[in-house]
Amino acid sequence: MTSLKNKHFWAGVRAEFPLLIGVFPFGMIYGALAIEAGLSAVEAQMMSPIVFAGSAQFITTQLIKNTAPGFVIVLTIAVVNLRHMLYSASLAPYLASLPTRWKALLSYLLTDEAYAPSILHYETNKLQPESHWFMLGAGLALWAIWMFSTATGILLGAAIPDSWSLDFALPLTFIAMVVPALKTRPAIAAALTAGGAALAAYALPYKLGLLIAALAGIVVGTLLENKTVGAHLSGDS
Amino acid sequence: MNIWLVMALGGLITFGIRFSLIYLFGKFHIPEIMRKALHYVPPAVLSAIVFPELFLREGALSFSLENHRLLAGLIAIAAAWVSRNTFATILAGMIALFLLQFFGA
Repeated sequence: MTSLKNKHFWAGVRAEFPLLIGVFPFGMIYGALAIEAGLSAVEAQMMSPIVFAGSAQFITTQLIKNTAPGFVIVLTIAVVNLRHMLYSASLAPYLASLPTRWKALLSYLLTDEAYAPSILHYETNKLQPESHWFMLGAGLALWAIWMFSTATGILLGAAIPDSWSLDFALPLTFIAMVVPALKTRPAIAAALTAGGAALAAYALPYKLGLLIAALAGIVVGTLLENKTVGAHLSGDS
Repeated sequence: MNIWLVMALGGLITFGIRFSLIYLFGKFHIPEIMRKALHYVPPAVLSAIVFPELFLREGALSFSLENHRLLAGLIAIAAAWVSRNTFATILAGMIALFLLQFFGA
């Protein structure tokens, strides 16, 4: 049985490898930006295991830099991570028979990058004995690299001068994440609506414009998708 | 603002979101409209952050060609569209910004 656990675990680690190549520079940039935003090295490092969500950590860093109030940061983390509820829903049937402590551990590790190889593994191989060790392997590999790359960014980032405009890597990373996701008209409409609304609402205090703009984009995207489905043009799905 | 409290709450909420439906599976049915709506969270939130980063300069909207970050951002969007690669996109945008700052007014 132990060898079966080992087999699944290391298969998960191996499946995670290509993703780690992209995650490492991402984690470094986070570490460097967190220091640049005024966090101490300990705070910057500890956010990685405590929050353990790349986009949310980037946004938290940005909001701290802009001195947003704490409740806005917490709400923003919640909004940014709402998508994880979909991952939770889609993995739930495969994890249903596990004890609660396993469900909790795998939920803690449930990032975008752990979700992708894990759901693919489950859909390809179906539910096998001990196959949750696959997701543990993928999730822990990502966790380890996220901690290490954060530390590297904290150490190297402290030496990088302002004139390098390192902070610009933040919106650039979001661009890299959002553009490939714009495959359908409703998705593009959601992005443009939210972006436009964010510009219109930029003067609102406490960065509330961000939340309102995001909600506007979500509503427009959802409404358009409902219309599109009727006209059997459903590009997505 | 206590940064440790913010991180702890943010971490708890993040965990709660990830744990929610894994824990509740079999107890509730997820409405289709919710699944659809959640799908638009990433493009909406990320765009709502990116647009002001590109268009707002020193607290005011700037649509001019002298807005280096807007131009560099557009180049990055093109790079992201073609490459679909995070690192290539960041690299393209950063190099574009360096060149614009170096040679621009």
